[in-house]
Amino acid sequence: MSRFRLAVRIVPRKGLLDPQGKAVSDALHTLGFDGVESVHVGRYIIIETAAPDALAAGESAKDMCRKLLANPVTEDFEVESAVQA
Amino acid sequence: MKFGIVTFPGSNCDYDAYHAVTDILGEQAVYLWHKDHDLQNVDVVVLPGGFSYGDYLRAGAIARFSPIMQEVAAHARAGGPVLGVCNGFQILCEAHLLPGALMRNATLQFVSAPVRIRVENADTLFTNLYRQGELLKLPIAHGDGRYFADGAVLDALEAEGRVIFRYADAGGNISADANPNGSVRNIAGIISEQGNVLGMMPHPERACSPLLGSVDGVRLLESILSRVAA
Repeated sequence: MSRFRLAVRIVPRKGLLDPQGKAVSDALHTLGFDGVESVHVGRYIIIETAAPDALAAGESAKDMCRKLLANPVTEDFEVESAVQA
Repeated sequence: MKFGIVTFPGSNCDYDAYHAVTDILGEQAVYLWHKDHDLQNVDVVVLPGGFSYGDYLRAGAIARFSPIMQEVAAHARAGGPVLGVCNGFQILCEAHLLPGALMRNATLQFVSAPVRIRVENADTLFTNLYRQGELLKLPIAHGDGRYFADGAVLDALEAEGRVIFRYADAGGNISADANPNGSVRNIAGIISEQGNVLGMMPHPERACSPLLGSVDGVRLLESILSRVAA
């Protein structure tokens, strides 16, 4: 077993009303960032875990997302990386 | 009849529920600690409002893994009544005892105010003492109350008469203006397929006395009594 550092990105499901993203987008426009077309606010979760290899670490992160870290009704997730810690 | 009121770390409406059951209804109530595995032979389980586990991750996401929730799920599967109010509704959705999810209010603001809801189905375990279409005045107090589910789920809920409360205006109209949080189709409360699990954002337990501005919540609790005792 080795130690791995996992990074998981959780974002609102595409097409769903995202009032938080909209509020940030409006604030950016107020600051003069006129080119901003859309903003979505999600969560970034960093996990350190023991696993036999990077593949297994990544699979276990997906399992964590399905069971707890993301709500499939409203959120999408992506395991960004599993690097040896 | 014996009610069990679950207390999670961060629950804050457990005493309101206890007061409504014991002092208003005159029934028995016990608190069930979230770490317990024993429902103490209660007939009805109440998941009260609050901010269990500080709403960390998502409202209700961590509470659903509390030990007592295994017992609550078994009670629900066996047809036992479960009433989830506010945070309790969020927990029931996270626990997959009800479909859909509660998201951040569309306005992003916490809303604490009396609202009107319309009884959409008066033939349920929880609404049989109301009239079909009756308007109730109940308080809400939440920041994450925007009910959402996919279109197919919503159509099934409606077809099965499982949307039992909707936000309405004083004239009983279901309008965007009467929707305090942006819930899809103005949904304020839904029941499970078997009809024994109710999740709702408004607080019936806080509308049980003229002193509190409304007594419209009493008949919801009495409805359970009338069906379960019958």
